[in-house]
Amino acid sequence: MDHARTAPLTVAPPEAVAEVRFDAALEAQIADILARYPNTQAALLPVLWLCQERWGWISTGITRAIAARLGLSPAFIEGVLTFYTMYQLQPPGRYLLQVCSTLSCQLCGTGELVGHLKQRLGIDFGETTPDGRFTLVDVQCLGACGEAPVVQINNDYYTELTVERLDALLDRFE
Amino acid sequence: MEPILLRARGTKDSRSIAAYRAAGGYRALAKALKMEPAAVIAEVKASGLRGRGGAGFPTGLKWGFVPKDSPKPKYLICNADESEPGTFKDREIIHVDPHMLIEGIAISSYAIGANVAYIYIRGEFHAEALMLEAAIAEAAAAGFLGDNILGSRFHLAVHVHRGAGAYICGEETALIESLEGKRGLPRLKPPFPAVVGLFGCPTVVNNVETLACVPHIIERGGAWYAAIGTERSTGPKLFSVSGHVNRPGVYEVEMGVPFREIIDGLCGGVLGGRALKAFIPGGSSCPVLPADKIDIGCDFESVAAAGSMLGSGGLIVMDETVDMVWALENLLTFYAHESCGQCTPCREGSDWALDVVRRIRRGFGRPQDLETLERIARFASQGMTICPLGDAFCEPIRSFLKHFGHEFEAAIAAAQPLPAAKTPVLPLRSGHGWYGS
Repeated sequence: MDHARTAPLTVAPPEAVAEVRFDAALEAQIADILARYPNTQAALLPVLWLCQERWGWISTGITRAIAARLGLSPAFIEGVLTFYTMYQLQPPGRYLLQVCSTLSCQLCGTGELVGHLKQRLGIDFGETTPDGRFTLVDVQCLGACGEAPVVQINNDYYTELTVERLDALLDRFE
Repeated sequence: MEPILLRARGTKDSRSIAAYRAAGGYRALAKALKMEPAAVIAEVKASGLRGRGGAGFPTGLKWGFVPKDSPKPKYLICNADESEPGTFKDREIIHVDPHMLIEGIAISSYAIGANVAYIYIRGEFHAEALMLEAAIAEAAAAGFLGDNILGSRFHLAVHVHRGAGAYICGEETALIESLEGKRGLPRLKPPFPAVVGLFGCPTVVNNVETLACVPHIIERGGAWYAAIGTERSTGPKLFSVSGHVNRPGVYEVEMGVPFREIIDGLCGGVLGGRALKAFIPGGSSCPVLPADKIDIGCDFESVAAAGSMLGSGGLIVMDETVDMVWALENLLTFYAHESCGQCTPCREGSDWALDVVRRIRRGFGRPQDLETLERIARFASQGMTICPLGDAFCEPIRSFLKHFGHEFEAAIAAAQPLPAAKTPVLPLRSGHGWYGS
């Protein structure tokens, strides 16, 4: 599947999210979420998603703000946050390249893509390019094995990739 | 067999409620709402429908465990966590026909007496979460969700809840913990979710494909459904085929057709005309089978008799070029990463087994390594862990050694002898999360 354009992530610099206050728009969205559950704790994952969409990652300041809003301890939230792999604990690049590294993709040539990506970007897994454009991560099965190899870029799946197609894609991302 | 679950594939705007209704959609819901809930459950029992998420537990029986007299609210959860490597059928249902799922959720909620249903979908499926939200909004606007559905006084709200990257949350009690806003640590059973589930209330957790079968069963009858497939594995089944085949993808077949028909027929055979070496019939936690098992039927009983499991129907095909030591290392990397860490045998065993297989593959294997792997597989499975993730990494170990042990022995035999008193320094394993990789 080719997407006309994958939107870059909005990534707040650490100093901007050292301390956070939710504005009215965010509060309204949180209220919508809370209406779906009988307690505030169940809203934690959706509220973390909401905040990550807004700031690109979850800083300690954001964790504290969520804790205050939902009546949970920051330590509890930190435990949940670090259990899951999709919440970003550091500011990522504008394009988060999530390369599926599980069996079906590996059988279909992911290894070659990874080698090429690391060379082209000059970074290893878990690293971000100095210009803040790309972060490269290896992820476990993305559940699209019939279209292997698969790379998820931000929210979008890019499938049946070859080195050439991947190169053409990366050229478009600023 | 006529397509049932994938009947809308190829039709224009198949995700829209207009297309779904044009194909007869939501008639089953109207029919169910005129039946007693117990009669709906009886129809599903009569169909023989068994859970499509992996365990194959009879769906009607599961619904029957929900206490009728409980004063607590009841919940239905649709498990759309689809994380078992090699499985991508639920994604296909959502892409092709989300209203079939929504209708199944509505009927099933009515049957068990739930007024709130959650669809727990893996975090990576962002596009699919939006598709489901759009379908829910359409269904609510048409009066198939919400208050007093079709004048029946039955009301139902359906919410999409996104996970955030954790294989373990496909296990139903871990899913419930996650939905409650916690880490996805599986719970000890009993109590079973049907009695003590979400928010301490009676809860049924069903897979996407399971729920998608329900409208068809209600509309055409349990007996019609039971006539498809084999005696104990009834109905159609979606197979997600990946790996070394010419036409990978999702295929709908009648339970019991030989795997050869799927691999050589529907998928056009092994890639490049090469020979088949092995296949994993039901997702990566199911034991691998050698090529000579290709003629067994794709139903729960035949696959079990051949020494594996039908699982989720995630069929991974490997051709003659695949190094099985490499393949097992890849699978163990997955399970070591995804172990929730709660039970010592699984947390330590998966990492330990990965280290051993990695050592073998890098040419530092030792003759006693295979015995060590067997020992780990005994130590971490068959009831030694809270949830089946222990078995999920031990079954691959056992089956790879059973059918392809010679490849491991050869790798060990070819290993470089260690210089005396010198232990090789191996790179640290990547550990959990990507910061340490």
